[in-house]
Amino acid sequence: MSKRPRRLAAEALAKCPTGIHGLDQITDGGLPRGRSTLVCGGPGAGKTLMGIEFLARGARDFGEAGVFVSFEERADDLAKNAFSLGFDLGRLVRSKRFAVEHIVLNRSELLEAGEYDLEGLFIRLGAAIDAVGAKRVVLDTIEALFGAFSNQGILRAELNRLFSWLKDKGVTTVITAERGQGALTRHGLEEYVSDCVLVLDQRVVDQIATRRLRIVKYRGSTHGTNEYPFLIDRSGFQVLPITSITLDYDSPKQFASTGVAKLDEMMGGKGFYRASTILVSGMAGTGKSSLAAHFVDAACRRGERCLYFAFEESPAQIMRNMRSIGIHLQKWVDRGFLTFHAMRPTSVGMETHISLKLKYVEEARPSIVVLDPISSYDAAATPQDAHAMLVRLIDLLKARGITTMFTSLTSGEENTEQAGAGVSSLIDAWILLRNLEQGGERTRSLYVLKARGMRHSNQIREFRLTDRGADLQDVYVGPDGILVGSARAAQELQDRASAAASRRDVEQKKGQLERKHKAFAARIAELEAAYAAEIHDIKEGIVQEEGRLQGALVGRTTLASDRQRTARGGRQ
Amino acid sequence: MKRVTSPKKKATRKVARKTASPRPPRRRAVAVADYDLVLFISGASDRSRLALANIKAIASQHLDGRYRLSVVDLYQQPERAREHEIIAVPTLVKRLPQPLRRMIGDLSDEDRVMVGLDLVPKPRSGRG
Repeated sequence: MSKRPRRLAAEALAKCPTGIHGLDQITDGGLPRGRSTLVCGGPGAGKTLMGIEFLARGARDFGEAGVFVSFEERADDLAKNAFSLGFDLGRLVRSKRFAVEHIVLNRSELLEAGEYDLEGLFIRLGAAIDAVGAKRVVLDTIEALFGAFSNQGILRAELNRLFSWLKDKGVTTVITAERGQGALTRHGLEEYVSDCVLVLDQRVVDQIATRRLRIVKYRGSTHGTNEYPFLIDRSGFQVLPITSITLDYDSPKQFASTGVAKLDEMMGGKGFYRASTILVSGMAGTGKSSLAAHFVDAACRRGERCLYFAFEESPAQIMRNMRSIGIHLQKWVDRGFLTFHAMRPTSVGMETHISLKLKYVEEARPSIVVLDPISSYDAAATPQDAHAMLVRLIDLLKARGITTMFTSLTSGEENTEQAGAGVSSLIDAWILLRNLEQGGERTRSLYVLKARGMRHSNQIREFRLTDRGADLQDVYVGPDGILVGSARAAQELQDRASAAASRRDVEQKKGQLERKHKAFAARIAELEAAYAAEIHDIKEGIVQEEGRLQGALVGRTTLASDRQRTARGGRQ
Repeated sequence: MKRVTSPKKKATRKVARKTASPRPPRRRAVAVADYDLVLFISGASDRSRLALANIKAIASQHLDGRYRLSVVDLYQQPERAREHEIIAVPTLVKRLPQPLRRMIGDLSDEDRVMVGLDLVPKPRSGRG
């Protein structure tokens, strides 16, 4: 509902809050204060209960006393009915906040003999209103008057007078009426009550009953115009304004871990965006529920509350199965972090389904909701219905900042990228689980088909379920494509063997090198030694030679001088 | 409510609580009255007065003192409306003889009043 008319309406029309879940939302604040509202519907549509709740909540929650004028049910029957909705009328009566005026109309005792009016009704109503200082009145079902009195002219004049009298009194009135053929009410009460008309409806489609509420008119106020499903259960009347959808929810930047460290890595290192919608799809036995259990387990570890809707398995069965992969969900249930709700999609109508879910969501206030699997809706409803339901559910959960994980069972290998109920376009993150068949075995594999607003891995990983939980492994990309399972293991073994061989080879070569080095060094040393020896010898030789040369020189000089001496002496 | 007044004169128009009987009640003990009638009216409206006059006329003509009539003004005693399950006004309740019957309106339809008082057989079915 937009903001502009709200302000204007508040100036023009005061609202009387009903306190009924969702009704105040779609009526933009409640019923017109001081005026009459007509509530029409078929038998069993919930008119009386709505009236009771309007008064009981008014008395209990808004400090406005009420009078219930019953033309049909007795006060103690009403009290019993109200008790089933969680309202203790007896206490309200004792504290003078509530009164029942039971009006008995016994046609067989009545004989009309002339002109009359319904002053008795006015007197009784006035007395009852004054006795508790009522601000709210319910007339259920005033049409009973048409059965008791045959003079239509008088009756209509008196009804007119009654409604304007109620208006003068300033009480907010709810008038219930039977739904008529081709008209809103059987006796045309809508002519008198022109301010606000609600229609309650219970429709049975394919043996599944759904309650709906519609605001036919609300003079001077904006209101939702759709049919809204509603529930009547232990906590009363609940209207679910699930079609008031605007795409204006926040998009948190926080992440929620997937619970599988390696999957987090694939999802940009952090996990899923909060308030996003995650789809895990795959064929039977690919590990969808296991992945969901991981997600839930991780959230519970962080101290968050989770809600798990199981459509095909009982909670006990899920918990037992998850224990086998080392996920103990029972402790989270015991501590109140995890709530399971098992329901059959076929048990109630789509509208009721979504209503119930929302109710549970309101009760549990979870940060994470799991629906396992949504594909079971395909059997329960027409694709359009299931799709519409899921669209609304997704929107509602998003608006509440809840991260939702759907699992979906795909049937054919060729249809793996078809999600149940055609929700694929609404999904923010989609994880596909596949069975890869190779070498006579099936291996689970996982890949991230899409993850909006996130840099995610495009690789296919092998998805293994061990007794310590799920694990992801890189697949082997070999020359013949990817290898998974034991083929990958074999390949890896082979790789390891050849690596070991290589390592040995290297060691060997290193030794060889070392040896060569040493040998070389030894040879160098040898050469050096030889060189040194040779040098030494040569040097020795040089010294000797020089010595000799010196000796020769000395000898020659001596000889020369000897010859000179001899030459002089010989001439003699 | 059970107040049956003695004055033979007509009920005054102003005081609606005042009730009247065509015959002085002293002559006939209440205990022996065959008919126990209560007329519920709302103040001194024309319709109230008309109803009172009509029942008095019919009673005096057909019941010949075998009745007791009390008049209740719901404006004066609103709690009586609940007590006696009164919706329409005027209502004449025939408490005795059994069965209890309520006649609503100004009682101008004498034939129907006669039926209601079991003075003539009911046209369609027997007495309730």
